Amino acid sequence: MLDDFLIRALLAGLGLALVTGPLGSFVVWRRMAYFGDSTAHASILGVAISLAFHMSIYLGTLSVAIAMAVLVTVLTNRGQAMDTVLGVLAHSALAFGLVAISFVPSARSDLSAFLFGDILAVQRFDLALIWAGALCVLALLCWRWQRMVTATVNEELAMAAGIDPRLERLILSLALAVVVALAIRVVGSLLISALLIVPAAAARGRVSTPEKMALLATGIAVISVASGLWASLQFDSPTGPSIVSASAVYFAIAQIFRRV
Amino acid sequence: MRGLRKGRCCVTPLIKASNLSIHRSGTTEAVLKQVDFSIRPGEIVTVVGPNGSGKSSLIRALLGHMPLASGGVARKAGLRIGYVPQKLQLDSAIPMTVRRFLSLPRRVSDSVARTALETTGVPGIEQRQLTRLSGGQFQRVLLARALLHEPDLLVLDEPTQGLDQPGIVAFYQLIEDVRQKTGAAILLVSHDLLVVMRASDRVICLNGHICCEGTPEDVSVDPAYHALFGSGARGTLALYHHHHDHDHGAVCEPKLGQGGFSVSANDTHVTEQTRA
Ligand SMILES: Nc1ncnc2c1ncn2[C@@H]1O[C@H](COP(=O)(O)OP(=O)(O)OP(=O)(O)O)[C@@H](O)[C@H]1O
Ligand SMILES: [Mg+2]
Repeated sequence: MLDDFLIRALLAGLGLALVTGPLGSFVVWRRMAYFGDSTAHASILGVAISLAFHMSIYLGTLSVAIAMAVLVTVLTNRGQAMDTVLGVLAHSALAFGLVAISFVPSARSDLSAFLFGDILAVQRFDLALIWAGALCVLALLCWRWQRMVTATVNEELAMAAGIDPRLERLILSLALAVVVALAIRVVGSLLISALLIVPAAAARGRVSTPEKMALLATGIAVISVASGLWASLQFDSPTGPSIVSASAVYFAIAQIFRRV
Repeated sequence: MRGLRKGRCCVTPLIKASNLSIHRSGTTEAVLKQVDFSIRPGEIVTVVGPNGSGKSSLIRALLGHMPLASGGVARKAGLRIGYVPQKLQLDSAIPMTVRRFLSLPRRVSDSVARTALETTGVPGIEQRQLTRLSGGQFQRVLLARALLHEPDLLVLDEPTQGLDQPGIVAFYQLIEDVRQKTGAAILLVSHDLLVVMRASDRVICLNGHICCEGTPEDVSVDPAYHALFGSGARGTLALYHHHHDHDHGAVCEPKLGQGGFSVSANDTHVTEQTRA
């Protein structure tokens, strides 16, 4: 069964959808929409480093993504606004990545395949990696959920309850970096960035509590993956973009029925 | 009841700060200089002072939310604090009902939540979104949340902002009730000088340092208090005496070189008249 590329693509998409629901909700609440792009751009730098030092590309991109998450946290702790920090880092990471990769000629051809990924080419190893990453991050989110939500609502109230908002921010950034870095390699940066933002944005406005929003976002992400895959099969369209398009359609529908 | 609380010198304070100094972040410019502070169980202490005088900074330092430039803060082990910050900007991006908010970060049962909301005068708003509340309703929800876990100390930074006039009076009544029922100490920041003088055991005038400190009757005749608040403070004592009929003649203890003197109730009236 697992040999079937469609089944593997579906499983990879579902594994990601499971974790992008709650993670994406935090992305929307904390205005971190550019996090996916920043990490994707930083990954280019990671690829260059991996090839230059003959490391595994997973390892290279993951370490660069983690370094970026730490940098994001440090800069926001110093009082910079999250959207500004992510904007600055996204562009500088891309520029540094392109400069770095120009020194590693063998990497240039891989670049576009890397950035856009191909969910239909997912191998068993990739699948195992995505599910392991997704389940670990989900467990982490469940464990720290109350603390992270409190810190997101208001940092002063969180501190008064003995929660360190900076720690929660670091953990969230690290979780995001790990998921994005794993997913980029497999499904491409477009798909993972979109899966983080669009379903959560679609879920907002219909729900009354953070938990309901996270669940609804997960549901929308799952349906987007399934219907996008189906559409791509039906119309012979590229798979990743079809999944993103499907989620965009659900977002549009949600706007029509939005509780104002 | 104020009289009953005098002379409890030997009770361990809930929070004790000594020689506390705070600098504006990244500079050596002092926001607070050499402040000594302590609050005992069951005491109502109010901090007054002009805008920017460091009231909120003092509170945040006492709670441990702020780096100190010098001095130290000792909190009693296991101290439970209910805190209502002065400014609480809520981000509309996160959906949050009042009920869910009360369960952050520690979950509470529905009945506990209902009782807390009833106590603070906003019953039945559990299912409303936080961002859809009026300023006063939100303030009451914050207070309800601060009351949830049987605090030993309530720290309230300008809790009456946005409350209507009956609401302010009811609020101080509520504070007094809470103190009576639970024995919690209460640390307040407030600009309602008239009410502060009636409802506090001790008043601290702050302006970068402690200008004067003591019982309301001491503070209201302190020159430093009048220097800080000018004509706005003039009526407070008259009103204060109007509402209180317990014995006067308390000794005004000198603080921070403000000069020591003692006054009787009669003297204060004379002082007031000559000033006016
Ligand atoms: N977040 C901050 N960053 C930098 N400086 C600050 C910050 N908050 C307050 N300050 C400075 O610290 C000083 C004391 O501020 P604080 O908020 O403690 O005053 P306050 O007495 O509570 O005033 P108010 O009555 O207006 O609430 C002010 O001079 C202010 O400029
Ligand atoms: Mg203040």
